[in-house]
Amino acid sequence: MPVAKRKAQEAAMTYVIIGNGVASIGAIEGIRRQDQKAKIVVIGAEDSAAYGRPLISYLLAGKLSVDRLALRSEDYYVRNKAELRLGTTVTGIDTAKKAVTTDKGETIAYDRLLIATGGIPFIPPIPGVQGADIYSFTTLAHAQTLIELSSKIKRAVVIGGGLIGLKAAESLHDRGVGVTIVELAPRILSAGFDEKAGALAANRLKKVGIEVNCGVTAKEIQRNKNGRVKGVLLTDGRFLDCDVVVVAIGVVPHSAIAKEAGITVERGIMVDDKLMTSAKDVYAAGDVAQAMDQLSGERRVVPIWPNAYNQGFASGRNMAGAKQPYQGGLPMNSISFYGLPTISVGLVNPPENDPDFEVHAVLDQEKEIYRKLVFRDEKLVGYVLVGDIDKAGMYTAFIKFEMKLAGEAKDKLINAGPEVFLWPEKLFDETWNPAPAKAAR
Amino acid sequence: MKRVYPDKEYCIGCHICELACLTAHSKSKDLILAYTVERTSDGLSPCKHVHERGPTCVALSCRHCDEPACVAACISGALQKDPESGRTTYDREKCVGCWSCLMACPFGAIARHPLENKIVKCDLCFDRPGGPACVAACPNLALKQEER
Repeated sequence: MPVAKRKAQEAAMTYVIIGNGVASIGAIEGIRRQDQKAKIVVIGAEDSAAYGRPLISYLLAGKLSVDRLALRSEDYYVRNKAELRLGTTVTGIDTAKKAVTTDKGETIAYDRLLIATGGIPFIPPIPGVQGADIYSFTTLAHAQTLIELSSKIKRAVVIGGGLIGLKAAESLHDRGVGVTIVELAPRILSAGFDEKAGALAANRLKKVGIEVNCGVTAKEIQRNKNGRVKGVLLTDGRFLDCDVVVVAIGVVPHSAIAKEAGITVERGIMVDDKLMTSAKDVYAAGDVAQAMDQLSGERRVVPIWPNAYNQGFASGRNMAGAKQPYQGGLPMNSISFYGLPTISVGLVNPPENDPDFEVHAVLDQEKEIYRKLVFRDEKLVGYVLVGDIDKAGMYTAFIKFEMKLAGEAKDKLINAGPEVFLWPEKLFDETWNPAPAKAAR
Repeated sequence: MKRVYPDKEYCIGCHICELACLTAHSKSKDLILAYTVERTSDGLSPCKHVHERGPTCVALSCRHCDEPACVAACISGALQKDPESGRTTYDREKCVGCWSCLMACPFGAIARHPLENKIVKCDLCFDRPGGPACVAACPNLALKQEER
């Protein structure tokens, strides 16, 4: 390449990031590892700088004030030379002209584009679900609406017993609202937890007075003649009086803008091992992306916080030319219910009677302690901890580094718990005490 | 950056590093007060832990990874990577005690504070003249702070 042309390219690099959640923060930090000079433009639809989205349940519960939510310090964007455009929605992507248009009428050109638009609440087609008094719980604005509302309402029904639903329920309960949870699956937390862990969490919620109904869901949301919610008719025929309904079935990738631009979207935006989409120089990360999953070896949408940051970081680095593939995500959730901590990592609900898997579970109902380990091919592939979570990270190591655990080592892990001496010598040395030239970072 | 590297060939499992860490992070900066008073009243606990199996020992704490899993997992922004020093920093005020870092760190280098919904993690004694107290106290040079 002629020198003049190369210089012009180097000088002109502009990264545009659509979305201002944790994937976006990861991307800024990934880009800056590689490239200190480039221009970064972050376009966020919400009105605030990136915040700890899961903290909205702390806000709703009254445990945190709104000024504590910011994920990075006030000077973060300035320090990182990132121009932040808030309250702005991208209306179109032109992958041929390499530009995006916004609802403010601007056209912004990019050299590399990251789509990190996250997820949007999934609203199932229940009769009566459209109209007043129906709420989601995934944004700061949702939390603020529910805070305002909480002093005016007496009863709420939360549809969905996943993490978002349970946290909405707990926080509304803390605000003095009577809450009933309805969950279609036979247990709460069906995705990341098993029956026993779900039951321990459900018991904590029931103890404080939150009603938990599993195996049922809303058949119809009934309204009075003014259109306001009266209550929810359940599939088992019961009727629950309530003033509001919080729908927390889950989130779906917010991928419309990519689809319209002709970018390949399956469940989420398809990305390769550098997080690039089907369009050249357009990347995707976070809850909107369908990216490599470590344990299945397939591309999946796994909308969890650490994956979003890691994908953002990897995409940022690769956009800046690093050529370092994304390692693949690992499902993981850590959440407490009224002081009962729970952690779930990896594959925790293997298919029943599948001889490829081996499960070891120990429950102490009295002490509310539970541990479940799931093995496949002599490797740990998943675990659940309730109550006693202190060794969680050490269990995660065996999954993440895919350590073989044959014979004695596996027995030790099962009987005595994880410890660093079960690691292969080579991995131990490379990570903890590497030879100077080989230091693993 | 200079990290602390533990050598299990030299570690004798004396736990002096834990005590030095405890003292360095105490209010009194006095070993006896830190151990007898602050440990119970404030839940003061060391960032460093000696792991033992038979005659083999090693003292481990936060590695200050280049790409820390704890920073990726942190929902409050309490854990961050300082681009200048390379340290993985912890802002106690921002921490909400969600234990995501404890789950994500594959080195088991993050512990729950015994009394509060906060974590305990090595800060490399960044404000201590002379560097990490554990390294200074190790009687057998099993802990070294070096650029590698």
